[in-house]
Amino acid sequence: MATDNATPGIKAPRPVDNRIAPPSILRRWGSQLGIIGVGLVMWLCFVFAAPAAFTNADIYVAFAETTPVFGIIALALTLVVITGEIDLSFPSVMALGTAIFCLGTTQWGLPWWLALIAAFATGAVCGWINGALVARLNIPSLVITIGTQFLFRGLELVLMNGTGVPLTEDQYPALHMIFREPLFGVLPIETVWMVVLAILTWLLLNRTRFGAHVFLVGDNQTSARLMGVNIVSVKTRTFIFVGILAVFAGLMVSVYGYYFWPTTGDGYLLTAIASVFLGGTSVFGGTGSIVGTFVASYIIGAINAGIVSAGINAFYTQLAFGFVIVFSVVLQTIIERRIRRQSLTGR
Amino acid sequence: MHKETNVTNLAAAAAAPSPSADAVPVIELRNVSKTFGEVRSLSGINFKVYPGEIVGLLGDNGAGKSTLVKTVMGFHKPDAGGEVFFKGDRIDDWSVARARSLGIETVYQERALCEKQPIWRNMFMGREPRTKWGLLDVKRMRAESARLMSEHMGFTSAAVHPDNIVTTMSGGEKQGVAITRALHFDAQLVILDEPTMGLSLTETKKTLEFVTGIKRAGKSAIFIDHNIFHVYPVVDRLYVLDRGKVAGVYDKSQITMEELIERLYRVARSGSLE
Repeated sequence: MATDNATPGIKAPRPVDNRIAPPSILRRWGSQLGIIGVGLVMWLCFVFAAPAAFTNADIYVAFAETTPVFGIIALALTLVVITGEIDLSFPSVMALGTAIFCLGTTQWGLPWWLALIAAFATGAVCGWINGALVARLNIPSLVITIGTQFLFRGLELVLMNGTGVPLTEDQYPALHMIFREPLFGVLPIETVWMVVLAILTWLLLNRTRFGAHVFLVGDNQTSARLMGVNIVSVKTRTFIFVGILAVFAGLMVSVYGYYFWPTTGDGYLLTAIASVFLGGTSVFGGTGSIVGTFVASYIIGAINAGIVSAGINAFYTQLAFGFVIVFSVVLQTIIERRIRRQSLTGR
Repeated sequence: MHKETNVTNLAAAAAAPSPSADAVPVIELRNVSKTFGEVRSLSGINFKVYPGEIVGLLGDNGAGKSTLVKTVMGFHKPDAGGEVFFKGDRIDDWSVARARSLGIETVYQERALCEKQPIWRNMFMGREPRTKWGLLDVKRMRAESARLMSEHMGFTSAAVHPDNIVTTMSGGEKQGVAITRALHFDAQLVILDEPTMGLSLTETKKTLEFVTGIKRAGKSAIFIDHNIFHVYPVVDRLYVLDRGKVAGVYDKSQITMEELIERLYRVARSGSLE
């Protein structure tokens, strides 16, 4: 049993009126620092385990190309989780949006840019459906997005008749330009997009009224409503955001593989969700961080690439995933509880 | 019916044009009812608050005080037939955002705070200031919160940092945030729903001083409390609610505290004041 506040580490004598002090760095940025720490430790482990692979740029390029596929969705998903909801349907939205793009260019004769707009609109509509069902009808998102996940996937399979579409560079030069060609010939464009979208999402969450309301809704829905916050609109918009970025990721991964598979999106569900929670966003809503999600995505992306390049059997990947996720979440909980106890007793 | 009894202050006198019937109420409810499923919480309520006036709302548990307040605030929509007037204009699309934009603020019984958030986010809940770029003016929110906390909540400057999370504050301090938030936005009408609940003696005293301060500033207030000893001294007029109806309206000059207590007992027993 932990006994009161005499825990080592925070036993510095407290001034009588310690509230004079602003919240400590640890209290404000605890979870972000934690996740960055975990990332650094893991990286050092890899460097020691396989110095040859990890001092070579190739490995970094490898996970800079693959991580953003789920990382970009995780950014948007962070907002949904902060409002206290979850979206499990985004893998299907990745496929459905990309399917609309492919149909647009191959069947309906749309120019690529119009097909692209149609694809994003599809993602937005999917998100709107999720959001409306969750926020207007008050259906638990965990339940309803399992349903819509089948719905969107089913619709996509029917539309595509179960077949894929090749996305070659000479047929889709613009798309390859946007989603595949490295920036200035060296920087993996996937990660460039991830950085740009992370900055925009950070601004959206921390520097707009909408973002402020995302926190309020997730923290205490009744209070937010009493103060005039439109809960339905805020929640719906977070789901729409996930839908749009899911389509972005779906297009990106399809162009990366030169081919749209009807199964696109499979396998990204848990990595994206794990990134959000590993990044310190609370499952209870009300708190969360884009920086955390960003770093956590790369940690998860690196485990995959790292295990293989370190010469460890790939069967160990899941074991490593499990270990890092469980360890980090436990660590975060302990840090948070300690911070909380410090603030409760330090008064 | 309405008699302006204590215009003791020049500012208040200026704000309240004349002590006659032609003064326009800040807020008026006409024939307002509110039904939740089978439960009728309010029935046929007529209710007015004049400029510069403090109105007390008394009644037992379940009399409909909180429902009435939430209707004034736009949180509940009145049943068909009920009307809400703001400064004489009938308003049909009444909502919390609308009410707040017109200068009606409430300190709720449940405080309506988001406790995992820092003070500055709570202070500006639902009406966050923006820069000319349309982005959230976080700097101003922090600075204003710090100023308000030292000026209105009685903390010596920087005694409570605006970045502190609300969970870490005491009950009185939380109430301080809720009250300061209501006052800060230059409200025309402040509604206080059981503001002294769970407060210490000094905190209660401070809260009551705040209520009289509203009047001095020429603004109106609706004050709800279980404790008649808190309500009676600060109000100008009193509504007694019983089972969703207005059981009586009194000017303070018409009734002593003893008579009022006597009548409240009677209404609790028989449902009638006389």
